Amino acid sequence: MAEGSGNRSYRDGVSAAVPLSVAVFGFGVSYGVLALSVGMGTLAPIAMSATTFAGSAQFAAASVLGAGGSGATAILAALMLNARYLPLGVTVAPWLEGGFWSRLLHAHLMVDESWAIASEGRGRWNPRVMLAAGVGLGVAWIAGTAVGVLFGDALGDPARLGLDAAFPALFLALLAPQLRSEEREITVARIRIAAPPPVLAALLGAAIALVLTPFTPAGVPIVAAGAACLIGLRRRP
Amino acid sequence: MSTVWIVVLVTGAGTIALKAAGPVLLGGRPLPDRVAGVVTLVGPALLAALVAIGTFADGQRLVIDARVLGVGAAAVALRFHAPVLLVVIIAAAVTATARALAG
Repeated sequence: MAEGSGNRSYRDGVSAAVPLSVAVFGFGVSYGVLALSVGMGTLAPIAMSATTFAGSAQFAAASVLGAGGSGATAILAALMLNARYLPLGVTVAPWLEGGFWSRLLHAHLMVDESWAIASEGRGRWNPRVMLAAGVGLGVAWIAGTAVGVLFGDALGDPARLGLDAAFPALFLALLAPQLRSEEREITVARIRIAAPPPVLAALLGAAIALVLTPFTPAGVPIVAAGAACLIGLRRRP
Repeated sequence: MSTVWIVVLVTGAGTIALKAAGPVLLGGRPLPDRVAGVVTLVGPALLAALVAIGTFADGQRLVIDARVLGVGAAAVALRFHAPVLLVVIIAAAVTATARALAG
């Protein structure tokens, strides 16, 4: 499938991941600090960064445990946040090569950032770029977590440093290139809307998430926002 | 086993299963056109939700605080094609400054 997956290589994946890895290292530190402060110890947060390898889910699990929630609630919140990886995995599946272990490795190294970096537009993904970017981001994430749990007490409050706003800013930066589309309008239920489909999906997704936030447990609004992609079911002109 | 380790192990195994379901079960088969039209929109929908939640949610409450200024500044920086790392630093710096000024 190499002929369909673009010309970018492992090197492109690494160079695209370097600026993000610096940011991810910082988030890893803040995750380590949070995990330490809610009593997860030092080894468990590092193990979680290596296995779960998904920032928002790990932050959610630590927050639930810190708020006195049960282990089951923490797991549910984290897995619901990670439910997005089911459709993300489906998007990259046609572009992966190799057997079971190769596919498993690519899947494990698929995080929001490596997935976005590997996107080549119009539903095409580059597995080499995703693998290289995933390794770089994973090393940064695990190393950041280790620094956070080992030196966390000396760093101070992550909110004072504005790290909580850096998170949505990072997702906004990842969202921006995905809003480009060749289609200038979309027809949903016979109504023509003068917005490119990805822009409409983004606006709907944000609206669903905000409306549900006061009424549902953490994590649910993000999963539910995925329903906005159903506008893609419309009949093509 | 402690609760923390159960959370770590079950969440890790569950996440890897969620990520691998598509690549391992679907194999190299391409998605039907209708499905492809849908999945290309999953990214924008979920990323926008993560932006909205990260900017306005405080637990289950919706609030307007210093993060709005930080993410707004990030949006302006993106408009001028700033690199991602700079965008993230601007968001953190503006938010931290606004908090410091607000006391």
